[in-house]
Amino acid sequence: MSERIKVLKTYKIFIDGKFPRTESGRYYQLKSKDIPYANVCLSSKKDLRNAVVAARKAFLPWAEKTAYNRSQILYRIAEMLESRKTQFIDELTIQGFSKKDASKELDQSIDRIIYFAGWADKINQVFGAVNPVASSHYNFTLFEPMGVIGVLSSDESPLLGLVSSIIPVIVSGNSCVVIASEKYPLSSISFAEVISNSDVPSGVINILTGTKKELASPISSHMDINALGLFSQKIDKQIFINATENLKRISSFNDIQIYSDDFDSPYIIKKFMESKTTWHPVEVDFTKTNNY
Amino acid sequence: MSSTIQPLEFNGNWELSPSLESTDHLSLKNQYGLFINGNFVKPLSKKFFPTINPSNESTIAMIAEAEEKDVNLAVKSARVAYDGHWSKMPNKERAKYIYRIARMIQEKSKELSVIETLDGGKPIRESRDIDIPLAAAHFFYYAGWADKLKYAFPIANPKPVGVAGQIIPWNFPLMMAAWKIAPALATGNTLVLKPAESTSLTALKLAEIIQEADLPPGVVNIITGPGTTGNLMVNHRKIDKIAFTGSTAVGKSIMKNIAGSNKKSTMELGGKAANIVFEDAPLDQAVEGVINGIYFNQGHVCCAGSRLFIQESIYDLFIRKLKDRMQSLILGNPLDKNTDIGAINSHNQLRSINKYIDIGKKEGAEIFQLNCEIPSKGYWCAPTLFTNVSQSHAIAREEIFGPVLAVQTFRTTNEVINKANNTPYGLSAGVWTDKGSKVFNLTSKLNAGVVWANTYNKFDPTSPFGGYKESGHGREGGLHGLEAYLNLS
Repeated sequence: MSERIKVLKTYKIFIDGKFPRTESGRYYQLKSKDIPYANVCLSSKKDLRNAVVAARKAFLPWAEKTAYNRSQILYRIAEMLESRKTQFIDELTIQGFSKKDASKELDQSIDRIIYFAGWADKINQVFGAVNPVASSHYNFTLFEPMGVIGVLSSDESPLLGLVSSIIPVIVSGNSCVVIASEKYPLSSISFAEVISNSDVPSGVINILTGTKKELASPISSHMDINALGLFSQKIDKQIFINATENLKRISSFNDIQIYSDDFDSPYIIKKFMESKTTWHPVEVDFTKTNNY
Repeated sequence: MSSTIQPLEFNGNWELSPSLESTDHLSLKNQYGLFINGNFVKPLSKKFFPTINPSNESTIAMIAEAEEKDVNLAVKSARVAYDGHWSKMPNKERAKYIYRIARMIQEKSKELSVIETLDGGKPIRESRDIDIPLAAAHFFYYAGWADKLKYAFPIANPKPVGVAGQIIPWNFPLMMAAWKIAPALATGNTLVLKPAESTSLTALKLAEIIQEADLPPGVVNIITGPGTTGNLMVNHRKIDKIAFTGSTAVGKSIMKNIAGSNKKSTMELGGKAANIVFEDAPLDQAVEGVINGIYFNQGHVCCAGSRLFIQESIYDLFIRKLKDRMQSLILGNPLDKNTDIGAINSHNQLRSINKYIDIGKKEGAEIFQLNCEIPSKGYWCAPTLFTNVSQSHAIAREEIFGPVLAVQTFRTTNEVINKANNTPYGLSAGVWTDKGSKVFNLTSKLNAGVVWANTYNKFDPTSPFGGYKESGHGREGGLHGLEAYLNLS
């Protein structure tokens, strides 16, 4: 009696809504007790550049969608993830998680997506303002997305870290290029499959696997990236220096924050937004009107 | 100027082939009970009344009439659900229930639109494109607020009010139910909702959705009946808050009933909105806006732009364009996708509108109506426009709640501001001008809770809605709509 041979999954990267292999052809191997279980793309600088081009192209159409629409699309990601929970839990256990921890990681991730999805059409209601200037002007301040955000994802949290570094960034209309956890890359590529089934337009989220050692430097010096979200630990000082070249905004987070309920906060979203103030004249009428 | 303007001749080019929405996919029962504690139950009153299709006067279904014992049961079930679990449930879990309702409304939107049109008489185009999508959007928007209240009211320790009694009108049945239920649930209240007597069906379909969404029993109770049922809710000691949308007269009587009690209230009442067209306005857009402002939903809209103010210099031209556009409106079967003007919601309402049209003529205003065939069965009123109207005319002062527009003129900005504000109402207003600075001058001076500039009758879950003065108090929609269902410290 012959045993059925399992089909193994090829993990590829996620650029512009497609799943190419790295252009460099390189890989690194994940092992469990010395037995290899996946070959993962070792993305190159060129992959990163391609991803930024895709993200830039996707940015405006995504930002110009109504907040309600973005909100529904993010909610759809949560729906898709909920329906594929088992796959993710299995994958996390292969990577060394206990079943219980894996299941918790999933629940927290799904709930976090829903939490942030709800902010799309609320962020400006909480932080926007009409400013009572002392001249005859209608003056208001609104928050807008920054553009393309470079994300170094958490090294230790395979799914919650990934979700926490993507959803708050894109909910306001940014697009992003994400460098996945080097240690736990499988969930990030499976998550890309969820995204590609969730009505998220191509290029809004791009996910690369590989080493931060190789990719952190080009992502920090890329001139078409507007801001960095550093969810990874031990970032080299040179990265911050590189980022000053086009004055990238930088926000850093650690794993303790990611695993805390306090991470559910609109201030995370606001870190990846700019405020814009508009002045508009109000017609002045010097004759008296009877208001009541 | 007017002598050089030729009337448009359409030569029958506006006639379109019928395009009827199908009804074979509907799942409707012959008889509906009351939705109490998660189940449909027979009314203890043992009474039922028919709900009528106003476009052909046929009975669609029998609806239960809730009397005192039924109201008590509904309130008790809401109270038990509130004290037992709903007020203690983690916010993010409450949110997920509300998201479910939003999604299910989207899934069933076709069925809900057709039922809304059958039961209320509004054109299918409107229920399909406006009522039902907005109802779903409302649930979706407020679902997101459930776990974010501390950001809406920082340091104010937002707490639910308790059991809300909600009474809604017949002009936007499901949408009004959504406007009431969604924010109440998001803020942790339980509720008893009563739809209007003539339009209970979509609220009862919503009850089925709530059942399907597995919302804990008693959180939402939907009871049906006439005004007397509503009155029992208003006077019920175990209801903490009354949310009412309807006429100013009923609103005042509710306020009298609860005066001096601890009941909180929000009142969305009548209106007599000014729609103001300046000479520098984009005229064709303004014509569309004026038409939409008054004839949308047969004028059964509390914020309808029922008083039109035209700047004198463009009066002749604008009236001509308006009349031409009116002649292109299609009145007829509400299920026809080409229909612009559906049926009047009820026989009573038709009588009331006709009474005003007679008064308008008697008071000396000049009438113009859409020249169209009126179906032999059902309740119908051709879109109507009155010129030669003055401020003192009843048709310029009182809410008609039908497709009747009263036209006046003005010369200066100050004059039109005074005229527009010279009303006990203050729900909404419209301004048409190409000058942004004029818009903001007007919006700051008009006494209305909503001012539309170069648009009209726009609604969005994120945008607060509600009136000044005798148009009521409190706001629904947006961040501000949460406050009506919260105690803040």
